[in-house]
Amino acid sequence: MVRFENVGMRYGAGPEVLRDITMDLPAGSFHFLTGPSGAGKTSLLKLMYLAERPSRGLISLFGRDIATTPRRELPAVRRKIGVVFQDFRLIEHLSAFDNVALPLRVAGLAEDQIREHVSELLRWVGLADKLNARPATLSGGQQQRVAIARAVIGRPSLLLADEPTGNVDDEMALRLLRLFEEMNKLGTTLVIATHNEGLVTRFGHARLHLEHGELTQERARERQAG
Amino acid sequence: MLRRLDIPLNRDSSVRFLPWIIALMVYLAGLALAGTLVLQGALQRWDRSLAGTLTVQLPPAESGKPDAMPAALELLRRTPGVTSAEPLSREATARLVEPWLGTALTPDELALPRLIDLRIDPTASPDLAALRARLAAAAPGAVLDDHRIWLDRLAGLVLSIEVTALTIVLLIAGAAVLTVVFTTRAGLAVHHAVVEVLHLIGARDGYIAGQFQRQALDLGLRGGIVGLALTLLTLIAIGRAGAATALFGEHVRLLPALELAPWHWLMLALLPLAAALIAMLTARITVLRALQRMP
Repeated sequence: MVRFENVGMRYGAGPEVLRDITMDLPAGSFHFLTGPSGAGKTSLLKLMYLAERPSRGLISLFGRDIATTPRRELPAVRRKIGVVFQDFRLIEHLSAFDNVALPLRVAGLAEDQIREHVSELLRWVGLADKLNARPATLSGGQQQRVAIARAVIGRPSLLLADEPTGNVDDEMALRLLRLFEEMNKLGTTLVIATHNEGLVTRFGHARLHLEHGELTQERARERQAG
Repeated sequence: MLRRLDIPLNRDSSVRFLPWIIALMVYLAGLALAGTLVLQGALQRWDRSLAGTLTVQLPPAESGKPDAMPAALELLRRTPGVTSAEPLSREATARLVEPWLGTALTPDELALPRLIDLRIDPTASPDLAALRARLAAAAPGAVLDDHRIWLDRLAGLVLSIEVTALTIVLLIAGAAVLTVVFTTRAGLAVHHAVVEVLHLIGARDGYIAGQFQRQALDLGLRGGIVGLALTLLTLIAIGRAGAATALFGEHVRLLPALELAPWHWLMLALLPLAAALIAMLTARITVLRALQRMP
């Protein structure tokens, strides 16, 4: 599903922020991505959701070498990836409904189907009464739920989330993690970047740990056992 | 007209001026085009009215010398392709020079050349070079004027005006393209975050470019219609002013008669559409080129 071989990344002419990343995440896997601030978690996610290109190494998504995939085919690859951005990146002039509907509209889905799916999902994340609310009128937690709904609405094969529970209370964090687990059971591969050790411990999925741009891969349960 | 925009382009301040700039450009292009079409039409009318008409000019009769007029008339009337050859009376010739010399002088006091109005069959025109030679032999000093030199010079003038007008239209189109490029780039810079989100959630370049091109088409069309309305108002005003200047006689007009054929009006009516299409294509190409630089 996601394969990195000796991947390095730098911004412009700066130093490498990721070094020799090699990993193979099988389809249907669930990983937490952990590490201290500045370790390169967001940069690693950016490579996975094709917002950046590596400065060296090979990235393969869904069995395709990204470097050799024609540019015109990349949007279809991106539509298989759902992303929850750390800063949400909601579109300010669009309502919560339209923000969540965006991936479906981009994919060319019919409006009646969009209406049904989006309303249902927003109801599920507790925002049934906020369909027409603009992001600026929502609390941080509500915005985060809209961002999550936008990421999962297209039923992506790969879901990447950067601190998806950072702005919600513990109860909502658990609820969202359960949503992610449900998606995982349906076959979605997940990588969740988080600082929340409690969640990592509680859900016990595999962990990708970054330190100074280098990856150490270990099982959370093994770590706990150790 | 606009479908829902994921990118709030209609709120940009730079976009507010675009219709007015396009209106001004369509107005200038419309005037240049209308001027060219009026001149073209006038030239064609002159050409048509002069086709089949020639003038033979004989030197003034001198006492003691035989009159060349009968010989010239006989030659001309015998020439195949000549439908009529009629001498102009002295009074008619005098009237031709009256606007310059006034009425103080009588025709007898002037050594006016004598003119023959010659009509030829445009479909079976005689060989003018051969006719000139035979005329010179039959009536020494006779000049056959087919107005071609005058018409050619006029056509040359009209052509140079047309080239100038076309250059102006092309420069206006170039300025319109640059304006749309600037506005589109400003839009891309202002809405970079939204464009990036659309890009990352899998929007094709064409989808993102579509947002900008629809906006450009809409603004271009609106500006173009305003520009066309201004052009038409100006043309009507020129037409009325031209008619007013013709009050002293149809041949004395300060402004040319505004005579446009239906297809000329159609061309003018298509200007807003052309401006809108140029704006749309420019916006599309600008956005697609910018998106090419994204991963």
